[in-house]
Amino acid sequence: MNHYFHSLRIDEGKCDGRMKCMKACPTQAIRVRKGKALILEDRCIDCGECITVCPNSAIIPLTDPFGELAKFRHTVAIPSPALYAQFGREILPDKILAGLKQLGFDDAFDLAQTCGEVSFAIQEYLREYKGPKPLISNMCPTIVRLVQVKYPDLIDLIIPIDTPREIAARDIKRKKSNLFGLKEHKIGTFYLTPCPVKMISIKQPAEKGKSHLDGAISISDIYGLLLSAMEDIKKVSYRKALESICILGIGWAMVGGVCRTLRLKNSLAVSGLPEVLKVFNDIERGRLRNIDFVEAYSCAQGCVGGSLTIENLYISYNKILKLIETLEFEKIKACPDIREVRKLYAQNYFFIKGKVEPRPLKPLAPDLATAIQKRKEKEKIYETLPKIDCGACGSPTCLTFAEDVVLGEAKLTDCIFNLAQKFRGLREESCPAVDKSAPLNPAGSNPSKKRKKGKVKK
Amino acid sequence: MGIENGLSQTFEITGNDFSKAGSISTTVKEILQEIGIDSSVIRRAAIASYEAEMNVVMYADKGQLILTVTPEKFTISVEDEGQGIENIELAMQEGYSTATEEMREMGFGAGMGLPNIKKNSDEFEIASIPGKGTSLKMTFNLDTKKEK
Repeated sequence: MNHYFHSLRIDEGKCDGRMKCMKACPTQAIRVRKGKALILEDRCIDCGECITVCPNSAIIPLTDPFGELAKFRHTVAIPSPALYAQFGREILPDKILAGLKQLGFDDAFDLAQTCGEVSFAIQEYLREYKGPKPLISNMCPTIVRLVQVKYPDLIDLIIPIDTPREIAARDIKRKKSNLFGLKEHKIGTFYLTPCPVKMISIKQPAEKGKSHLDGAISISDIYGLLLSAMEDIKKVSYRKALESICILGIGWAMVGGVCRTLRLKNSLAVSGLPEVLKVFNDIERGRLRNIDFVEAYSCAQGCVGGSLTIENLYISYNKILKLIETLEFEKIKACPDIREVRKLYAQNYFFIKGKVEPRPLKPLAPDLATAIQKRKEKEKIYETLPKIDCGACGSPTCLTFAEDVVLGEAKLTDCIFNLAQKFRGLREESCPAVDKSAPLNPAGSNPSKKRKKGKVKK
Repeated sequence: MGIENGLSQTFEITGNDFSKAGSISTTVKEILQEIGIDSSVIRRAAIASYEAEMNVVMYADKGQLILTVTPEKFTISVEDEGQGIENIELAMQEGYSTATEEMREMGFGAGMGLPNIKKNSDEFEIASIPGKGTSLKMTFNLDTKKEK
């Protein structure tokens, strides 16, 4: 079995087993054992929902400390366009990039430009693509992992165009190493990330051997420093600052940005994992064959909703939206030259190296015959459970509990209702008279008795 | 191998209940995944079972989907009590549909349901009595890998 690197760690000292993470996990990848949360590696897709809900901040996103910069001769910050949405309306990308240089990066790169190029590349690809539809975006690594784990049959629909952050890092390394006569590994490329999952896509890319990025720094870690660094920066006129913004690229910070700026008519944009699951179920059923492209993000509202951002996600979403509207109104098109992009596209510049392989969940048993028996057993156990998904056993739902029992990871007596029933059985045997005084049935498991009191006529 | 060695699960489908439509095929897919069926087979089964489930929702009062899995193959049988199909040959033609305007508005009724089920399964049987109901049986082979 492969070992999957994950961007989340549980601080056992802080975790007091309150199960909020277990309940929130969209892939049922968390169990609580012996009072501590435990992440099941093969099920985790690094969405970060657990980080957001943990009341004790016991789940720690693994990003790089700022000090990593010292390891390189030349460092370049590559901020996610979501960073541009974190500050007041007057603070535009040019100032933010200048602020990053103040902070100690040798250079700061405007990723929106590359995003714009990749938007064109996606458009080119969609134009000539003749295979099954819809194609699924890959900018969100959680979405790619979701497909690998839960929808392995949809894996061929993931668009084979590389992400802007990877393309930019590859290009920066090449150009800077030529410019300074340095080896590529001496040039540090750091992604400023709105979410922990980008870290994994660097440490363990879904599709290829090695990422071109050297690390990811959390936007929340750098926010305060950046804010004060920007104080000393001279003001450029608002209009001038606007003129350097690529409208196609800025949209990558929010859900629907790519579809909107490309004016893709036959596409969908969806954000927030529960919503994404609905759309992916429909893709799987063959219901969306007429859609060309699905832009999907694990976080609500897209990257601006990442768990490592600062600003309220609706405010930052709105900020990007207003910026796009202003650029549209002012007819500012500081975008890459499409002819140049077409040339690069023809040279396979944008295509991803390697293929995303499915990573389906381990079946109940390695061989079909045993797996079928185990599945039957699971159903049988499930039927005896209260089906209220209380989670007290340490598994998120009764169904996952049944599976854990079948796999030998949990015992039937871990279910408090099961235990109570056993206990009652014992008591009835020894002293049958006290039977009625003990309502040990789970609340709701026998609704006809309790709830309808007074209404039931006999 | 007989059914005693296999798994058999029955699901009830309610006619006209569009809000839950599709949930059974999702459960079927999850069961197949847990057993470890190849994802390309699951993809075909997901499409076929969804189409069959939707046919019951759209055209019948109620029905049942029965999933049976053995190590060699699995079958999905769908039986309903409903209007039935007058002319099966016609219904099997691509593009033929008796869907109402409303169903078409919702994106259903492209006349691809039955042809899709047939295309995606390894074996396909259909029988119908007009005014009574329809029964479908689709089989997916597991022993020989790339049969389809």
